[in-house]
Parts: sequence; C-alpha cells; structure tokens
Amino acid sequence: MTTEQKIRVLIAKPGLDGHDRGAKVIARALRDAGMEVIYTGLRQTPEMIAEAALQEDVDVVGLSILSGAHMALLPRILELLRANDLADVKVIIGGIVPDDDIQALKAMGVAAIYGPGANTSSIADDIRQMVQAARSHNG
Amino acid sequence: MADLVEALLGGSLRALARLLTVIQNETPEARAALARLYPHSGRAYRVGITGAPGTGKSTLVNSLAKTYREAGRTVGILAVDPTSPFTGGAVLGDRLRMRDLAGDQGVFIRSMATRGSLGGLARATDDAICALDAAGFEIILIETVGTGQSEVDIARAAHTTLVVEAPGLGDEVQAIKAGILEIADILVVNKADRPDAQNTVRALQTMLDLGPAYRSNPWHHQSLSGILAPPPESEAESEAWQVPIVQTVAVDNWGTDALAEAIEMHHAYLGRSGKFRVWERQRLAAELSARLESALLERFVARLDTERLLALLDDLEKRRIDPQSAVETLLKEGDRC
Repeated sequence: MTTEQKIRVLIAKPGLDGHDRGAKVIARALRDAGMEVIYTGLRQTPEMIAEAALQEDVDVVGLSILSGAHMALLPRILELLRANDLADVKVIIGGIVPDDDIQALKAMGVAAIYGPGANTSSIADDIRQMVQAARSHNG
Repeated sequence: MADLVEALLGGSLRALARLLTVIQNETPEARAALARLYPHSGRAYRVGITGAPGTGKSTLVNSLAKTYREAGRTVGILAVDPTSPFTGGAVLGDRLRMRDLAGDQGVFIRSMATRGSLGGLARATDDAICALDAAGFEIILIETVGTGQSEVDIARAAHTTLVVEAPGLGDEVQAIKAGILEIADILVVNKADRPDAQNTVRALQTMLDLGPAYRSNPWHHQSLSGILAPPPESEAESEAWQVPIVQTVAVDNWGTDALAEAIEMHHAYLGRSGKFRVWERQRLAAELSARLESALLERFVARLDTERLLALLDDLEKRRIDPQSAVETLLKEGDRC
C-alpha cells in the first residue's frame, strides 16, 4: 500500500511586517495543486524557519517578504538551513524584491523569486519541477 | 534505510524527520525501518487531544507542552489536519499556534495530513508514534483533526484522551449523543473565561452524572480484536475512572497545570487498576486487526479482474444484483483463484 510522495512546502513570513494575505493565497493555491503546505504564519525568525523545515522535512521553503528586509534575512536563513544539513531544500521568495537584489539572492542560492502578479499555477508548476529534479538527483 | 534508523536511535532529529516522511509515504523501506524501531518503542506516554474545530486544541497542545517542558520532560507532537478529498493537498496550520515551543530541542512537532483516513487521524499515525517513541520522546501529544461526532480513532491510539469543548457549541442533547464525548478520559472546557463557560461545564456534568458509559472496549465491532482481547471485567468489579472536567484558558496558559495533573492521575489509575496492560493488548489487537484487514483487501483486490468488477458494477446499476450478493459472488470467485 504505497501512496505517492507528496510535495511538502513550508510557507513562512519572516520579519516584522504584518501582511500575510499573499502567504495565505499561495498556501491555498499550493494545496489546490495537491501539495501539503505547512503554514507557520507571521513574524518567523530565521531560527524558527530552519527548525520547522527540519522537523517537517519539507522539499521547499516559501518565504513571503514585503518589508524589504530580504537582504538581511536570506543569508541567515540559508546559512541555518545548510547548518542543519538541509542544503537540498529549495528556497523561494514571494514579495517585493528590487531587480538589483534578485541576482544577488539567486547567487546566494535562492531558487526562485516571484513578484506581485505572479501566476499561482505557474509557481506550483515550478515547484513540481524543482522538486522532481532534486529527487531524481538524490536517487 | 539502516543508517537512518541508527541515526534516529543516536538522537538525530534530521533522521527522525526523514523517517516520518518515509513512514507517511508507506514505502517498503518504511516497513523495514519500523520493524527495527518497534523493539525500541513502548516507553512513551500518549495523550490524545480531540474536539471540534476552533475549540483551541492546538493552543492547548502548545500550553500543555510548555507545562511538560517545565517539568523537564521531552515532548513529541503529532498534529493532524485534513487532506482535501478533491486535490489530495492540505494546509497544515497547527504550528501557527505552537510558536512558543520554537527553539527547544526537547520538543519535536510534526504536522501530518490525513491522506484519506476518516477517523480523525492520519493513516500512518500509529507508525509515526512508534518513531517518536523510539526516538526517546517521553510524552507524545497527538492532536486530531477538528472532529465532529464520530472520529474516535484517537481513543485507540492514546493512553489518555482529552476531549476539548468550548462554550457556545451545543446544548445538552449534544452532550448525550453517542460518539466523541464517550471517549473522553478527561473533558476540557477551554476558553473558560467566556461568560457562558459555566453552562458548558454544567451540561457536561449533567451528562457525567447520568453514570459512566460502557467503555471497556470502544472498538468491539472489529471482530478479530474481540477474539484476541475480550473485554475485561465490568467497571463495577474494578475501580471505575471518574471523568473529570478541567477548565482552561490555553491562550493564557491558565489551567494547564491542573490538566497535566489530571492526566497524571489517569495514568496512575491505569497502572493501579491493571487497565494499562489490558489497554495495551486491546490496542495491539485492534492494530493487528486493522493491518490484517487492509493487507487482505489489498491482496484480494490485486487478484480481481477489472473487467469482471466493471461487469458487476453494471449489474448493480441495472438492479440485476444487490450489493451484498455481489460481494458474495466476488468472494466465491476469489476463493477459486
């Protein structure tokens, strides 16, 4: 009796802004795409995010950041994921990220960045593709 | 997989998390791993938390876990939320209310989706409990999906079952219906600071005053477990457990010390009355029965001819055969294969 390997995604909002509408919309969209979404809500510290990613054994961490703090938060989150042996977990960002920062974030290891108006079903497709690639890579 | 089991027994939380994924995916590797983990399980005390959506189960789990941590005990948490029957997806939101537990190595929280199970738990809950138990967590808190009236699987999985109620959810007729209230070892009235909380307490007390429900074997309909673990002597012969009503305001951590104490009293009662061992045998019998059932069904279905099934379905649809006769026909044909 085997079930398919579900894609598990952590949706978190690091930092201090209180706008979680986008995070909820994407959580719902990924649920409708057949994924298991662990929704942790507002004001998550990098430590909380890394701990939840570890305990929940997620494939993807989705971060909603509207505060402009992405260049401060992401290095710390990526470092903690690596320290917890979670380097293979894909990190994606949704929110407001200036063009200049996008390249820098990608160079750090962020897999994808989605701005306002991004299509939720194409985000789900991207996630499916990156998870399938990672799984076949890891055997 | 061997190294994951060893890593888990050596205290690796990463290995535990990975094994829980394998267990939920019900892979052949999971079976091999569980066979090795099982001898290391059986030490944890299991507390089930169930109740209607919005009664505050997750917040209560958060508060109860803090109480146990203050007493120096490690806590594993399984938080179950429903899978969509349409897309197979799920939003697991219980962690949202458990943020106080972040950063504590003595707490491990895992969210599980039901993946098609209807009894209020996830399909692989028994196995996930086994993994947390083998990893050395002393208390395992199992939070069910928001339950209605008949999701009673938790009574089988937990040593002590808490049924959480909140003010304003029902009248006294709700309290005498069969099902979820009957499985309570402890009734919790959460949000007890609400003005109508005393009405809820009174309604529940009235129900309890009508006398103890018959509760020696809540899964008697499973015939195999009936054979393996016959019900023990009636409550009258042994000491009966008096179900307490505990009031809490989980969001303020109010009342959870008293709740932890009530759980401890129930634990002591189970030991003193000999029910602990009876319960464990009943639980194992029910688990054996459920696993046998699903294995038999799987084996049987694998042998069935799809064309034959579709033809029978046509017959059913056209009222040429009734459902029970169709089953007898399939069984007869299956025996011949």
